[in-house]
Amino acid sequence: MRVNFTVNGRPQEADDVWEGESLLYVLRERLGLPGSKNACEQGECGSCTVRLDGVPVCSCLVAAGQVEGREVVTVEGLADFAKQRAEHGGCATGACGSAEKAGTSLDAAKQWAAKGHDSQTGEGVELSPIQEAFIDAGAVQCGFCTPGLLVAADEMLERNPNPSDADIREALSGNLCRCTGYEKIMDAVRLAAARQSAPEGV
Amino acid sequence: MDFLRPASWEEALAAKAEHPTAVPIAGGTDVMVEINFDHRRPEYLLDLNRIGELSEWEVGEESVRLGASVPYTQIMENLRGELPGLALASHTVASPQIRNRGGVGGNLGTASPAGDAHPALLAAGAEVEVESVRGSRLIPIDEFYTGVKRNALAADELIRAVHVKKADGPQQYSKVGTRNAMVIAVCAFGLALHPRTRTVRTGIGSAAPTPVRAKTAEDFLNAALEEGGFWDNGKIITPSVAKQFADLCSAACNPIDDVRGTASYRRHAVGIMARRTLTWTWESYRGTAAATEGVA
Ligand SMILES: Cc1cc2nc3c(=O)[nH]c(=O)nc-3n(C[C@H](O)[C@H](O)[C@H](O)COP(=O)(O)OP(=O)(O)OC[C@H]3O[C@@H](n4cnc5c(N)ncnc54)[C@H](O)[C@@H]3O)c2cc1C
Ligand code: FES
Ligand code: FES
Repeated sequence: MRVNFTVNGRPQEADDVWEGESLLYVLRERLGLPGSKNACEQGECGSCTVRLDGVPVCSCLVAAGQVEGREVVTVEGLADFAKQRAEHGGCATGACGSAEKAGTSLDAAKQWAAKGHDSQTGEGVELSPIQEAFIDAGAVQCGFCTPGLLVAADEMLERNPNPSDADIREALSGNLCRCTGYEKIMDAVRLAAARQSAPEGV
Repeated sequence: MDFLRPASWEEALAAKAEHPTAVPIAGGTDVMVEINFDHRRPEYLLDLNRIGELSEWEVGEESVRLGASVPYTQIMENLRGELPGLALASHTVASPQIRNRGGVGGNLGTASPAGDAHPALLAAGAEVEVESVRGSRLIPIDEFYTGVKRNALAADELIRAVHVKKADGPQQYSKVGTRNAMVIAVCAFGLALHPRTRTVRTGIGSAAPTPVRAKTAEDFLNAALEEGGFWDNGKIITPSVAKQFADLCSAACNPIDDVRGTASYRRHAVGIMARRTLTWTWESYRGTAAATEGVA
């Protein structure tokens, strides 16, 4: 079957989709967006987390046909999404009009990581504040869990700009990391929150 | 496989009548796991996401009519006052991502003895509103669970909503697992005080082939509370009464040994949870009763 939906602000069409296929499979294998990771395919690890109509979900548990006509944001579109949110005061989905030309094209999204900048610091690559915070806090080791954590953490900060540690733990409780022991991830989210609430230019 | 996408409830009922083997998919948090792991290859998937009213709820005089697809997150955020037991149970389900998708309709569809909504529904009192092209009926929650992962739905029926009694007293939900998030219950216990009818209701999860109420324990406690005038005098419940109640709750279990725990551990833990949830809710009832008296 064919599925039409919006990915990172741009309309996309996926063809030859098997009826039992997951959104995660469509993103990775049909649209060439491997940012969302496939680790467990059973909702346990959160590495496939994307936003579906703004809500964080495990894309491995959403049937492809269920996203027809709906909006998905993946980690590849997170930088743009965060930028628009900053500019449009909260609405980054494009759902509140105006954002026709906005969003991340499939090609841009596919090439997101391939810019040849310093891979240690991500310098030169446009990043969302939460991505910058993860790099600055050293919250990335193998990186497999990172895309899902970024999407989940970014959504929490959108809802709750001044989270307590308990809020952060709760919001990220559906994301497993096998490397970091979570402390640096906590640091990264605290850092992003602090930067977000600091006055401009500080 | 065919993917059916009804745009309305009537269309969904018609599709289910035409294809009784079609597997409804709401949040997909049970169905997709089975498909991803090839445990299930349904001929038809029946998507319920486009049917808006399934994600809505109405707060009535006596009960809340909770649409089958209302996600756990919404229950936690919006219905904590009316359905405290179910809201607490919802909060123990999996993770934010799963709670954003999964709901009570899917929990009832799967009818796992470990499903977290069940003990809360049993304790609060609920009816499941199911419908087919033949008509609609209300199934009392006590009659809904018919076996391990089996329920009272006919092949052409869909769950429209659950009518859950609004709380008229304190409710609690307790769950044993190895960590706080992402854990299927080793066993679970729901308890609701109903001061208006002067009754206590219970629900036990993961300790019998189906979710069950501890009816003998309820009868014992209701009689003991009445006899001692506890509802009026607001005294603390006598330890011997609480112990007897806990023992009878343990006795209501019919558990098995499995990877998550042994039968005897489950029986033991249910007794502990029964005593604790009774104490918590009763303390809260006494507190509010005393406060009301103080004001008056
Ligand atoms: C990682 C993970 C952790 C989990 N942890 C928990 C947990 O802690 N506690 C818990 O209780 N559950 C847990 N679950 C199971 C699951 O999330 C719940 O059972 C949830 O309530 C299912 O809801 P859903 O909308 O996603 O159901 P779906 O997967 O869409 O459907 C489940 C079943 O119900 C049927 N169904 C759905 N809607 C209807 C309807 N309207 N009418 C008739 N049949 C219908 C479907 O055909 C299917 O058989 C977990 C699942 C995962 C993947
Ligand atoms: S791959 Fe989806 S939660 Fe693990
Ligand atoms: S950095 Fe390796 S899993 Fe988290």
